[in-house]
Order: sequence, then C-alpha cells, then structure tokens
Amino acid sequence: MTAINSKLSTGKKDVSLFLQKLWEPFSVSPMLGWLIGVLIAVLLEYTVGLYVARMLGLPKIPVLFGVLIMLETPILFPSAVLYVLIIFIIPIALIARFTAPLTNTLAGKLIDVQPWLAVLVHLGLFYAALHLWAEINDYRVLVVRLTLISIILTLSLNVVNGYMGEFSCSHPGFMALGAYGASVFTLFLFVDDRTFGEALLPAQLGFLMFPLGLVFGGAIAALGALIIAIPSFRTRGDYLAIISLAFMFIVKSLIENLEFVGGPRGLGGQPDWANLPTVFAWTVICIWVTNNFVKSTFGKALNAVRDDEVAADAMTVNTRQTKMVAFLFAAFWAGVAGGLFAHVLRYVNPGSFGLQKLAEILAMLYFGGLNSVVGSIVGAVSFNLVSEALRPLEILKWIIIPVIFILVMIFRPTGLIAFTELNVINIIRPKNKAAVPQNVEVSQ
Amino acid sequence: MTILRVEHMTHYFGGLRAVNNYNLTVDPGQIRGLIGPNGAGKSTVFNLITGLYTPTEGTILLDGEDIVGRPPYQIADMGLGRTFQNLQLWRHMTVLEHVKMARYSKITYGLVGAFFATPRRVREEAEIKAKAYSLLELVGVGHLAEQNVTNLPYGALRRVEMARALATEPKILFLDEPTAGMNPEELVQMMEIIRKVHRELNLAIFLIEHRMKFVMELCDIVQTLVFGEVIAEGPPDYIQNDPQVIEAYLGTEVET
Repeated sequence: MTAINSKLSTGKKDVSLFLQKLWEPFSVSPMLGWLIGVLIAVLLEYTVGLYVARMLGLPKIPVLFGVLIMLETPILFPSAVLYVLIIFIIPIALIARFTAPLTNTLAGKLIDVQPWLAVLVHLGLFYAALHLWAEINDYRVLVVRLTLISIILTLSLNVVNGYMGEFSCSHPGFMALGAYGASVFTLFLFVDDRTFGEALLPAQLGFLMFPLGLVFGGAIAALGALIIAIPSFRTRGDYLAIISLAFMFIVKSLIENLEFVGGPRGLGGQPDWANLPTVFAWTVICIWVTNNFVKSTFGKALNAVRDDEVAADAMTVNTRQTKMVAFLFAAFWAGVAGGLFAHVLRYVNPGSFGLQKLAEILAMLYFGGLNSVVGSIVGAVSFNLVSEALRPLEILKWIIIPVIFILVMIFRPTGLIAFTELNVINIIRPKNKAAVPQNVEVSQ
Repeated sequence: MTILRVEHMTHYFGGLRAVNNYNLTVDPGQIRGLIGPNGAGKSTVFNLITGLYTPTEGTILLDGEDIVGRPPYQIADMGLGRTFQNLQLWRHMTVLEHVKMARYSKITYGLVGAFFATPRRVREEAEIKAKAYSLLELVGVGHLAEQNVTNLPYGALRRVEMARALATEPKILFLDEPTAGMNPEELVQMMEIIRKVHRELNLAIFLIEHRMKFVMELCDIVQTLVFGEVIAEGPPDYIQNDPQVIEAYLGTEVET
C-alpha cells in the first residue's frame, strides 16, 4: 500500500516538475504579451483558419477548440489537436515568449503612467481578441454572452453565499424579476408589439436608454430582495435558505399568473440590444464594483459577520445593515444579469427561472470557489465551457459534470480558487522583476 | 464626572436571577476590577452593559446617556470597547483587517465609496490603515499585521483583540479575562500592555480577572460578585482582607 502510495506521489511529483520546467521559460511573459499573442492567434484563425481546417480534413473551423469535433467524430481527433496547436498554442507561446522583453518594458511604463490606463489597455486587447474569436460564428457569440452573464450571476451570489456566509437560493427569482422588469421597460417604451401596444419613444433612443432598463430591472430585483431581507436577517441560520427558496417559487408562479406579461407563454420580441460589447461592458463593471466592494472595510464587514457576528457587533459594525446591503447588492446584479439574459435570447418565460437555473448558479459558485472574485469568474467560465463542450455526449454530460463536481468537493471543499483577493495590478505587472511581496492567502 | 454609571441593574434568565441590584460608577482614568467565583455572573454583567443582553431592570448611563436597549454596535460606537473571554476573532481575516474593521462606524465614504473606489475612499482607507498600524505597534504586534489570525500564537491574538478594541476609540475599555490561558511570562507582558494603554490613551478600564496578583497590582477599586450580588467593594488591600470575600472566593484559591 505504502509502495503504491509513494509511487503515486512520485509520479505526481514528476508531472508537476515537468509542468514547472515547461512553464519556466514563459514565467517572464507579462499578461500584455499573452494578450497580444492571443489577439494574433485569433487574427490568424480569422484570416487563414478555414484554410488550415480544410487542409487538416476538418469540415469547418472547430468552434470550441476542437472539443466538439473530437467528441462527435473521434477519427478527427488528431486533426483537431493539430489545428489548435497550429492556430492557437504555438503562435501564442512563441509571441508571449519572444516579445517578453518588449512587453515587459511596455507593461511597466503603462503602469507607471496610470494604473487604470494599463488596465484599460489590457481590457481593450482582451475584448478585441474575444470579439474576433466570437465573430467567426453566431454560436460562439451566444456562448460568450451567456458565459459573461453567468459571471455576473455567480459573482453576485458569491457576495451572499461566500463573503457573507448565508445561503441564498433566490437568485433565479431575482434574475426573473430583472429579466421581466427590463423587458417590460424596453417593450413598453421602444417596441411596437401586441402586449404593450405602440412604442412611446423612438427605437433609436432605445439603445442609449438600455442601461436604464437594466438598472430598472436590477432595482426591481433589489426591491424583491428587500421583502426577503426584512424578516430573514433578524436572525442567522437556515431561515434565509428556506425563505429565499420559497421566494424563488413565488416569483415563478406570480409571473406564470400575470397575464399582461404573457403568463406561462413568456414574453418575446425584445430588441437585440444585448450585443457582445454591451454584455462585456456590464460584466466588467460588475466585476469592478464587486471587487471594490469586497475589498473595502464595508465589504470586509461581511466576512466579520460571517466568522463571528457577536464580535462584529461589538466592533461597531451594524450587522443588520451590512447584511441587507450585501443582499440587495447581489439581487441588483442578478436582476441586471436577468435583463441581459432576456435581451440575449430575446424571449423569456417563467420556466427558465426554476430549480435547474438555481442548481446551475450554485454549481458554478461552489465549483469556482467561495469568497473569491477570481473563483467566481473561473467557475462560471469553466462550467459554461465544459457544459458546451460536452454537449455532443447528450445525456452522458449530466453524469460527467456531477462527477467533476464531486471530485472538486472531495479535493478542494471550498472550490477551486477560494479565499483569494483579486489584485489586478499583480496580474498585469511586468514579470521580469522579482514579484512584489504579496499577501494572498489561499487557505485550504 | 463619571464615564459609566450603572444603577440597580437586575437581570433574569427565565426564572433565574443572574444579576441582582448591581451598581457601578467608573471615573475617567480609573481601572476597576470585577472578581468572583465561576458562575457568579461576571460575564453576564459585561454582556448586559455592552448591550448583548438587555437588563430586566435598571439604568446604564454611558457618558450621561442612557444606553439600555440600544444595539451593541451603537454602544460600541459611543465609546465602550471590549475584548472577549474566549478570543472572538474572524478566522479568514488578517491582523490588519481586524483592526481596520473596528473603524467601521467612523468611515464616512459610504456605499458610493465602497462600490466605486472614489479618491475619498482611497484616502480614508489609507488613514485607517495608518491608524491601525500605530495601534498594533502600541500593543507590540505591528510586525504581524499582514498575517492571518489563524497562524498566530495565543498571546499575540490577545494583543490583536486589544488593538481591535482600541480602534473603536473607546472612552472605557472592558477586558473580559485578558490573561485567560496565559503563561506567567505572557501575563507580565499583558500587564505592561494594559498599563501602557491606560497611560498613553488615558482610558478608563473595567476588567474581569481570576488571577489575584493581576487584579491587586492593576486595579484602583475591585468589586466581588457572588451569585449575582456584589458582596464587597473597595481598594484591593481592603478586598483582600475582607472575611466575606475570603470565604466566598479567595478561601478556595491557594494563591494570593
């Protein structure tokens, strides 16, 4: 037994040593270099992707890095791998490595000039790459938009379930409120349709007013949250879980019975305003605001309430107000996500905001990691990509994904990246100098 | 001019009378002690005054204002800082974050600052950080500021709790058994810290303690609580020689 164990552990060590060796030459590449590499790889795919794919015997450009093709027609496995190597991995690696001296200086200069300017440049590059990558076909655009919306949902739930340590189940309910709120706002004001009659304002104005519609949806969701928060934050414990679950069902049946928003048939015809840049911008804003919030002393108060409420109270923290603010904040963003969701699909029905949605959001949250902005982003992105990638397996997908979750829960009970602070400057700083000493705790 | 005045405070837990007709006055700069055997109701007195429980009867005046029925965070904000008998720290936070947290009610940047990282927030957070560092230096744990509390030894944690309580800018500091579980060396250090804090910040202090040596050396006036009633009150020398106290409390202890 011990022999096997030691053999296993040496095998594991070998692998990690090998990976370390492989990574070593790239450890000097800053984020700027990687982003430029990705941008060029995406440009490569945009221009010669189809040609390369045909040459390798693939019917079309592999949409999700060849995973779909591998699962559908396993015989094309080598071609798909080759395609990913030629178009993505090799160019990115080469560019990131060989431009490192240049990009390091550039990144350093950018941060010296203005940190926020450096952040904007990185975001711009990232968005350009994302946009070009998604541009190839509509499927990618849809997946990217839904993934971004998932990030908003997961992150906002993390504020309640992770940072505050309560267990809320009402996120689909808030999402539904936001979706219907924003939809009614746009349909009523800017669209001629059967349910709400003629548009009151010109449609051209609508796109500019769209953020207002989303904020309106978010505000309605926050109002719903207030109804839960008033009774359930008097005490701690399971009350919130139960009340919020009930709230989710109440919202669902309420909408099903409201004829003026279509009842169980749903509400359609939303204008196509939630395009990729809009969704991306809202996601970035959500990440920025949430990160600001959880890093401030007000946000840290959530951790204090979670870890020891009596001590928090004795240290002048208004615990009830803290909990209310966090809960309403989370609900607001869930509402915004719902509004975006409605305008991406351009149709909503109450059925999509039920238990399955709740399970999805909770899965993304606990997979990615509690009390961590990065964790939520990683959780949402990986869940969406894995779930899309395994689509060809059909029913088997719902066996594989739960197994992955069980494994994560066994080996990392708090999620992949839990209890980590997102330090943007640390991500984009030049990597040629010694790292600035950081205190990023990764407990467990 | 008294900072804290408690008059005729009585508290029942169901049918059990935990505290009976308790009176206390604390003047600025005074160190007062509360001793008594286990289960005498010392911690209940603390929890009643700090607002964790609301007394069944009686008045509590902090700086002339009635605080009965106010939530603990308001009482803390009005100038009553405290530590806990068994450390109550937040296990996922660093030492620095602990002390910064106690500035919560003094923050003025509001939710706008919390959400959007305004210049005012950046400035204020820097101020409370500097303040927190100076308090940590005062209690001698400045070098541990970036550590997570779960990694620290017991003695250091006691100091962190002290710094955290001081960050609320108390006029009066409640210490619930500040030396519980400490070895003799740590005990002497703790005594030094309390003296230093008392001297430099000119605080009034009200403490519960079991170790007579500690109480006798630090306190100006000591109360003895037995079964929820004060049986003796006076300077340490007087208390030490009071036959009732010896019978109820000191008689069972070997040390003095």
